[in-house]
Amino acid sequence: MAKDGTRNRPLSPHLQIWRWGPHMFVSILHRVTGDGMAFAGLALLLWWLGALAGGPEAYALLTKCMTSIPGYVVLVGISWAFFTHMMSGLRHFVLDVGAGFELKTNKTWSIVCPILGVLATVAFWAILLLR
Amino acid sequence: MGNGTSIGRVRGLGSAKTGVHHWLLQRFTAIGNLLSVLFLAVSILLLPDLSYATVVEWIARPVPAVVMILLVVTTFWHARIGLQVLVEDYVHDHANKFACIAALNLAACSGIAFGAFCVIRLALGAH
Repeated sequence: MAKDGTRNRPLSPHLQIWRWGPHMFVSILHRVTGDGMAFAGLALLLWWLGALAGGPEAYALLTKCMTSIPGYVVLVGISWAFFTHMMSGLRHFVLDVGAGFELKTNKTWSIVCPILGVLATVAFWAILLLR
Repeated sequence: MGNGTSIGRVRGLGSAKTGVHHWLLQRFTAIGNLLSVLFLAVSILLLPDLSYATVVEWIARPVPAVVMILLVVTTFWHARIGLQVLVEDYVHDHANKFACIAALNLAACSGIAFGAFCVIRLALGAH
């Protein structure tokens, strides 16, 4: 059905036609971090729970993989994706009530949200590694 | 109501009345994710170490066990709705779209079942 009436219809403009701005960036980042976590994050969550239920050997393998350099890249990446998605998700809650659509306010929070995501990630790892 | 373009066929019929369901569920599960994943993040920071014995002792306790089961449900549900939007945006062929969403539902339900099973097994002491 979606195809029936849309043949030979003009396509809506996509990425290449718009001038990049922070609003576009934060929207794309929200989708990328969300979908990234849906695959990598949830897979790791199940591996972690499965390894705990599986016993010490299974957990030792997980620990060995995740404390290697590629392992840390994955863990830092997932934690960054979580905090970034969380900040832009909180922004969505504000937009959902109809607030924050004024041009300047919207632009400001589009810039602030990804920065807060990075800061939260740094704070999380600093506390974890320096405790 | 015409029979020409897609918009022409539906003009005047009003809303579908069901469209807001996924949108609301995405928000409800987002609140669930916020609470449960922050609980996990703070727990990870508060645990003395992340050794097998420490983590198993933690997850077998009633509150962490319940929150971890809720975490699995809410994150997989949220991911299921989010990935469905991705499929609907980029997979336009009807058969492929149906196959993707069917696979997505199977994967999400399997993930929830496996995650919950692992936590219940640990909480009931089978380790």
